[in-house]
Amino acid sequence: MLESVQFLTNQIQRMSTDSQQNTHHSPVLEFKSSTFSVPVLVLANNDLIAIEQQLQEKIHQAPEFFKNSPLVFDLQELNNLNLDTNINKLVNIIRKLDLLPIGIRGGSAQQNQQALKLGIPSHSGHINHNPATSPEKQKPQTPEPEIAPEPQFVTVNSTLITHPVRSGQRIYASGDLIILAQVSAGAEILAEGNIHVYGSLRGRALAGVQGDTEARIFCSDLQAELISIAGNYKISEDLNGAAPNQPVQIYLQDHTLIIKDI
Amino acid sequence: MARIIVVTSGKGGVGKTTTSAAIAMGLAKRGHKTAVIDFDVGLRNLDLIMGCERRVVYDFVNVINGEAGLNQALIRDKNCDQLYILPASQTRDKDALSQEGVGRILDELKKDFKYIVCDSPAGIEKGAHLAMYFADDAFIVTNPEVSSVRDSDRMLGILSSKSRRAEQNEEPIKEYLLLSRYSPDRVKLGEMLSVNDVQEILSLHLLGVIPESKSVLNASNSGIPVILDEKSDAGQAYADIIARYLGEDRPHRFIDEKKGLFGKLFRSR
Ligand SMILES: Nc1ncnc2c1ncn2[C@@H]1O[C@H](COP(=O)(O)OP(=O)(O)O)[C@@H](O)[C@H]1O
Ligand SMILES: [Mg+2]
Repeated sequence: MLESVQFLTNQIQRMSTDSQQNTHHSPVLEFKSSTFSVPVLVLANNDLIAIEQQLQEKIHQAPEFFKNSPLVFDLQELNNLNLDTNINKLVNIIRKLDLLPIGIRGGSAQQNQQALKLGIPSHSGHINHNPATSPEKQKPQTPEPEIAPEPQFVTVNSTLITHPVRSGQRIYASGDLIILAQVSAGAEILAEGNIHVYGSLRGRALAGVQGDTEARIFCSDLQAELISIAGNYKISEDLNGAAPNQPVQIYLQDHTLIIKDI
Repeated sequence: MARIIVVTSGKGGVGKTTTSAAIAMGLAKRGHKTAVIDFDVGLRNLDLIMGCERRVVYDFVNVINGEAGLNQALIRDKNCDQLYILPASQTRDKDALSQEGVGRILDELKKDFKYIVCDSPAGIEKGAHLAMYFADDAFIVTNPEVSSVRDSDRMLGILSSKSRRAEQNEEPIKEYLLLSRYSPDRVKLGEMLSVNDVQEILSLHLLGVIPESKSVLNASNSGIPVILDEKSDAGQAYADIIARYLGEDRPHRFIDEKKGLFGKLFRSR
């Protein structure tokens, strides 16, 4: 399966100390933040011949799109199934097809190490899974499917915001929205998927804005002006019971918002 | 490299002009060639606070329109030869400023000056927008009350999304909190937000607390930036702020309530 993922390279900001003001020598480099989409190759089977074949077919359908495209490969599912993968061979196949692997996701520590030797860093999109110590090891081996499942395109976006969302600002995410800072009163964050706020949530947060009733809001300090899931909302007056600095999740049950401590 | 500092707040009357005058003088006194620009077109008063209102010939708008050269319009401060003031026009309205024009003048100033302090008008409209647009550093002046804090938060949002640095995806503007007109006694009575309250809401680096002080009014009446009144609490607070901005370590002061006569005599609390 191929899906697309958004990368947001974290902004490396100057630390907020006063001391940097002394040195104003002109910089020859700087770190900037940017977001870009990269296709992710999600493998469901470790049959390298089948992988090569189907990948070739996929590329054939859109050769311009794939030519020299960066690619992240995802081994999470394989590792869940305890199917080991030869990283060297896999990377060879990918490169042979004119794709440029730039990351491994969901690999075991050993696989990440192998990838790193090939100059491919690991991305922690999933929790790293180590087959050697995994409890799934004890489970009976899942029988190998006869035919590997058809690769398909799925778009999974998540938007990562690392700076505070201030009053008057509005952020819309077409997938999940993850905020690593506070959301001020007077700010509004909206997501078609889930919302995570790892800071004080004082503004308005609306998840599942296209009607996804399964969407949830997670936050570490609920002081919101309004929370809503798929149009079902509560305003700050209704939230009076929420204890400050208590992580909670908010979800929908029978058209009612449930707020529960985590 | 020159550094452009905007002094801004969203809300009016919180102490932006007082602060602009004090920090421009503070930086100049430290030997850094500094220009301070009044962006409050139509409501100019930086020149009054700096005591140069009777020496204004040309103003910022004249320079933008090419009616005067920068050197003709800049007024050298009477107390410090490293400090120059570019006054606002009193007779034009804010539409007289254009982004292109402001950018051009700032570029010219950058060749000659180490620091350029932009005194922003209140609000979030054009004048305030132009004052912050080209900034490298922002001094957010906030009073310890809910509406002022809320307006500062709004301004911070604008800095991080509408400034030149944001638009060109450069390193963001460095933001500093200056909590002004602080009165520990009133905080204690619950009439004002505390430093901690404000910091929790804004999560911003605190550059300094400026106490509510009569010395500010005295200074503006005599047209001398309060930082030159070295005995005054507000003057010392601004001196600390300059020191911290320049990288020196100074413990925060003026946060605890003043001890009354009784407290002073008996050293009890
Ligand atoms: N620390 C202070 N203590 C007492 N009064 C102050 C202080 N700072 C500013 N003021 C007063 O508040 C009023 C508004 O200050 P000003 O600097 O003009 O604000 P702004 O430029 O934000 O509108 C002035 O009358 C000024 O004297
Ligand atoms: Mg002013």
